[in-house]
Amino acid sequence: MNIHEYQAKELLRRYGVAVLDGHVAWTADEAAAAAKQLPGPVYVVKSQIHAGGRGAGRFKEDPNGKGGVRVVKSIEDVKAAAEAMIGKTLVTKQTGEHGKVVSRVYVEDGCDIKRELYLGLLVDRATSRVTIMASTEGGMEIEEVAEHQPEKILKVAVDPASGISGFHCRKLAFGLGLQGKQVASFTKFVTALYGAFLELDCMIVEINPLVVTGAGEIVALDAKVSFDDSALFRHKDLEELRDDSEMDPKELDAVKNDLNYVALDGEIGCMVNGAGLAMATMDIIKLYGSSPANFLDVGGTANAARVTEAFRIITSDPNVKAILVNIFGGIAKCDMIAEGIVAASKNLSLKVPLVVRLEGTNVDLGKKILAESGLTITAADNLADAAQKVVAAVKHKYPAAETKGA
Amino acid sequence: MAVLVDKNTRVMTQGFTGAQGTFHASQGIAYGSTYVGGTTPGKGGTMHPELNLPVFDTVAECVAKTQANASVIYVPAPFAADAILEAIDAELPLIICITEGIPVLDMVKVKRALGGSKSILVGPNCPGVITPEACKIGIMPGHIHKRGSVGVVSRSGTLTYEAVAQTTAAGLGQSTCVGIGGDPVKGMDFIDVLELFLKDDETKSIVMIGEIGGQSEILAAEYLKAENFGPGKPNKPVVGFIAGATAPPGRRMGHAGAVISGGKDTAAAKMEAMAAAGIHVADSPSALGSTMVKALKG
Repeated sequence: MNIHEYQAKELLRRYGVAVLDGHVAWTADEAAAAAKQLPGPVYVVKSQIHAGGRGAGRFKEDPNGKGGVRVVKSIEDVKAAAEAMIGKTLVTKQTGEHGKVVSRVYVEDGCDIKRELYLGLLVDRATSRVTIMASTEGGMEIEEVAEHQPEKILKVAVDPASGISGFHCRKLAFGLGLQGKQVASFTKFVTALYGAFLELDCMIVEINPLVVTGAGEIVALDAKVSFDDSALFRHKDLEELRDDSEMDPKELDAVKNDLNYVALDGEIGCMVNGAGLAMATMDIIKLYGSSPANFLDVGGTANAARVTEAFRIITSDPNVKAILVNIFGGIAKCDMIAEGIVAASKNLSLKVPLVVRLEGTNVDLGKKILAESGLTITAADNLADAAQKVVAAVKHKYPAAETKGA
Repeated sequence: MAVLVDKNTRVMTQGFTGAQGTFHASQGIAYGSTYVGGTTPGKGGTMHPELNLPVFDTVAECVAKTQANASVIYVPAPFAADAILEAIDAELPLIICITEGIPVLDMVKVKRALGGSKSILVGPNCPGVITPEACKIGIMPGHIHKRGSVGVVSRSGTLTYEAVAQTTAAGLGQSTCVGIGGDPVKGMDFIDVLELFLKDDETKSIVMIGEIGGQSEILAAEYLKAENFGPGKPNKPVVGFIAGATAPPGRRMGHAGAVISGGKDTAAAKMEAMAAAGIHVADSPSALGSTMVKALKG
């Protein structure tokens, strides 16, 4: 789960991580009021969306104007900048061409920037430990630094038993060329950030840029925090930070129904059990010349109600021209899935052709239920057969599943 | 021989009296495996109402009384890391965790505890381990398996079933199938299982199924290039597949570990590394069996 920069900074501040003063604002007037509470004379107005590259991004409504992060020098200019952002669509390198609507801005104190660094924390799969990465190349995309100048990324892995130690921080600090009181300020910053990472069950925390101020203090200029969804059960308060408007409405619907769904831009809706098979089903659809409209893992505990919800979400996508159901029953039972398919086809009066491949636990019973349902369903024997048939169904406009006959 | 589990494996279940523990233990027993009991804290001293096997409060007690040498865990995610730690403490040689959705930082601690311990962990978030016609531990449908010569190792449960069904249909059968699971921090990784397969006489060929995210398939390809292929090496044919060629970057595809985060953890990069190492890469998930048949003909 991702949160906005202002929410991340508010959280991190509680754990003793140095951030600048700032206030969130939903209107231009609120932004001006927020600026009045700051010392000035420099203010930064920052669009709040879940995507990077905001500074270099441009608004759809004003493609030749300034970006999504603006440094201004008066309260009036804060108001004007907020006016230019709120309700407008910001397109950045990470948002895709559709962009994201800015519903609020963060008005922050200006900062005397001497150096811009990078700091990131994540669980590294190779070491199975929390790894702290730092780089002198602040403000750049770290993936690009990793690809072109890997030597510029410093890494330390923290043993979970002994925790973070002074040497971890010193190793990074001296590697970054910090000196004097900067080293102590950096150590305090990293130690606090590591504490927050553990306490909040984070997946990724990125401070880019991390700033060395003229006074030698280390401060977070930006903050990206992403939580481990699997650990949210012990952080009920964090759930409130979820911004539903940042999600695809179909994906939000899926989350609420406890389904693993990712919206894609193809034409074949997929309902599969198991994440690996769901991905492989998408891949094979592509291989046979079409493209998947979604990833959907209906899970092992699929019953009629879940299958119906899954079909409802899949068919709410107007691009879907046919549906492929691919089930290899292990825990999932084919008869339960078949009952779900019959119920869903009837309840939703399915307007697109349906190809079903059932295999595994209770497969014969499942096939029998489908055969006796009176629905127009194309049965498939294996994965390749299923993919070929669903691609053909789109090309040759097979009849919709609700059609009687066959 | 097969690997990890065989006729001598004595299986205990943690989360024994729950719905999952009960159902899958009964399936394992019906398959002919030796299940000896299990734990549900607070129900120690009773008999499992459906399976007529003893229930214990602690893993240590269960091991002492039943001589269990493998434990399978169906405990819900919030408590699963604790269950793995208890099994490590009881020095069980093999721990298989089926549970999905364990917090990553819990697994970081578990991984640390595994170092220097007497236990091997398979999973979490995996289908389990099966040696056909000998021992089934986990949630895989037993009837699709056939005792044979292909070792199967996979990050995905249902894709493992594809590999099994296809190698069974091809008449090859499987030596052992190991689902290593879809989490970013886990027990055995590809290389650990491949090492066992290379040493195992019954395993004549290997299917390995990976997916987007992480580097472990690339490391495994390098390992096979060094340890399997070449003069004086086992030279067991290996068929590979990577799921997620059509997955968009930055999106988590169901499995916690299945997300493209850099440039080198894409399906294309992994398939390229596998092909370069001498692995026969199947271009379609439905071609696992046929690619293996071709590979065996040389």
